[in-house]
Amino acid sequence: MSTQVTITIDGAEITAAVGQTIIEAADAAGVYIPRLCHKPGLDAFGGCRVCTVTANGRPCSACTQPVMPGMIVQNDTEKLRDFRKTLVEMMFVEGNHFCMFCEKSGGCELQALGYRMGIDVPRFPFLFPKRDVDASHPDILVDHNRCILCARCIRTSRDVDGKQVFDFVGRGAHKRVAVRTGTRLADSDAEVSDAAVEACPVGALLKKRVGYTTPIGARRYDHEPIGSDIENGEEN
Amino acid sequence: MSVVTTSNGMKRVVIEPVTRVEGHGKVTILLDEQGEVQQARLHIVEFRGFERFIQGRPFWEMPVAVQRLCGICPVSHHLCAAKAVDRIVGGENLTPTAEKMRRLMHYGQMFQSHALHFFHLASPDLLFGFGSDVAQRHVLGVAAAHPELAKQGILMRKYGQEVIRLTAGKKVHGTGAIPGGINKNLSTDERDFLLADLDQMVAWAEGALKIAKDYTVDNLDSVAGFGSFDSNHMSLVRADGAMDLYDGVLRAVDKDGNVIFDGVDQQDYLDYIAEEVKPWSYMKFPFIKSIGPENGWYRVGPLSRINTCDFIDTPLAEAARVDFMSLTDGKPNNITMAYHWARMIEVVHAIEKIKELLHDTDLQGENLVTKGKGRREAVAILEAPRGTLFHHYKVGEDDLVEQANLIVSTTSNNVPMNRAVEGVAREYLSGKEITEGLLNHVEVAIRAYDPCLSCATHAMGRMPLVVELVDAEGTLIDRKGKDTADVG
Repeated sequence: MSTQVTITIDGAEITAAVGQTIIEAADAAGVYIPRLCHKPGLDAFGGCRVCTVTANGRPCSACTQPVMPGMIVQNDTEKLRDFRKTLVEMMFVEGNHFCMFCEKSGGCELQALGYRMGIDVPRFPFLFPKRDVDASHPDILVDHNRCILCARCIRTSRDVDGKQVFDFVGRGAHKRVAVRTGTRLADSDAEVSDAAVEACPVGALLKKRVGYTTPIGARRYDHEPIGSDIENGEEN
Repeated sequence: MSVVTTSNGMKRVVIEPVTRVEGHGKVTILLDEQGEVQQARLHIVEFRGFERFIQGRPFWEMPVAVQRLCGICPVSHHLCAAKAVDRIVGGENLTPTAEKMRRLMHYGQMFQSHALHFFHLASPDLLFGFGSDVAQRHVLGVAAAHPELAKQGILMRKYGQEVIRLTAGKKVHGTGAIPGGINKNLSTDERDFLLADLDQMVAWAEGALKIAKDYTVDNLDSVAGFGSFDSNHMSLVRADGAMDLYDGVLRAVDKDGNVIFDGVDQQDYLDYIAEEVKPWSYMKFPFIKSIGPENGWYRVGPLSRINTCDFIDTPLAEAARVDFMSLTDGKPNNITMAYHWARMIEVVHAIEKIKELLHDTDLQGENLVTKGKGRREAVAILEAPRGTLFHHYKVGEDDLVEQANLIVSTTSNNVPMNRAVEGVAREYLSGKEITEGLLNHVEVAIRAYDPCLSCATHAMGRMPLVVELVDAEGTLIDRKGKDTADVG
């Protein structure tokens, strides 16, 4: 049996390896599919739905759907762009994302997606939820105001650090990331050197006292939009 | 302007909004049946609340978060907060590169803010007259009548903004100052870019100084008494008495130049300054403790800085200071309209300092940050374009801000501005038919202080919300407020 399959993304044929997901195949071919919860090296999660494409006409998350021979994928269509933009706008209004003084500005994947998608003002009313800041740990800050529930910290702590510091609690609109071993991060075995601390796409999980050390102009997305590394064929 | 007749037969004239100032405020003037001014007040009607909502945020966010108070001189808040958090991380002894980059940012800020005020906001009054045609009395009128001057104003502001961009990362709301230092130095390319227009900026600054001086001297008869009054003055000065806009010790002098206090460490400001809250304004009323709230108010800003310092350590500005002080025989100058002249002396000083710094190779240094034994409480004081600025933070063991107090320069000038408003209203409006041109005289007095009303509104818990019911003839029928006794 062949280890290669051919699929089309927006009409262009690409070769993919059997077992790859659509997003992995697209990345390898230099086609950017927007995403937030997906992170290479972690198991597929399919939580944020920002990578939604249609495969043979059916909507699916590109980070969880394996490629199949002859699969016809739609990625960059007006309908999908608007769908993803809607999702990202909902994330902005659901939390308290104050980019103007967030130290992750310029390096934040949510902000960068907002810019790439041309979001000026969300079409939904801001919810301004009351959320906590957990600063109990001497070296790590958790700011739930900015959490988008991507589970990268949960998965990285479990699968990379081997610690299981975080987990989800609550359901629906009340779902949030919590510390498994208590109410505060200081009660866990989290360390500042954990890979989980670096896994957050937004400013919800931060090393303390780093702040704005990277000057404006040298931040990750200051010059090129998010996804450019994939489109330029660079390692991401 | 609106005129309302109150229930006791008085007339209330309201100027809202006060134009050509930063932020939103209003003036109310109460006239009795004979048209005599009974009371005139400047009200600050914006509310910001920064001191409350930065509680619970990490301390290292302060320089970037608190600068959002203002879009005109955010660098002042950025640097003042940075100076405070320097102490939180024990990094107050900055490297030469860090201190000089911050000073460069600050002088760039001083240059652009003063240029903005002088050319865009104040010059229409000075060039066309206080009561001149309102259709011409604005920056576009200046551009039409004096195109070269308008161009200079715009390009001087732009130059200052470029200095800020290259030190803070952005022209407005940058991130350059971080706890214990800075996040970038100045490359030689960036330095050369700024050097290219430097001489032109020095020349234009001197030109602006001449306009401000000539205006004051040529019109001394009319401006000397305009909204003027004796007052105390306060500012930072360098330990040797030189003007220092970035750091130093607090000094206050009275109307005759007698020292009230001097050499005060920034950390001890609460031993010398207190604040009073009044129900009709969101602004607080600071005063010198040893004198008390009644007479302890003081002025800050360019006029006060020239009055308090012993000398300026750049030659052109020092010559201008000597010239300025000779007008009052070396005693403090208490003429409100002399703020404009003093402000332009500082524009010259700022550009001289920028020149000095651009030729200093420390700006290309690589050692950007220092840290040491930290603290949980810190005060920082800075001379912002509009005057002395205080930031005071208390930080918990978890690195989150527990308490903050900000005294901005416009707050210190609150009583003086009200004095000026009342003085001008009594002199120019009493017994006369009120016209727009006459009312502009009141605004001219406010503008001399270059107030930033948005920055100045921090009083919490005494919301002077008022609802007024007025009938078809404009007669006030009823008024309800949280604290109606003092609303006037």
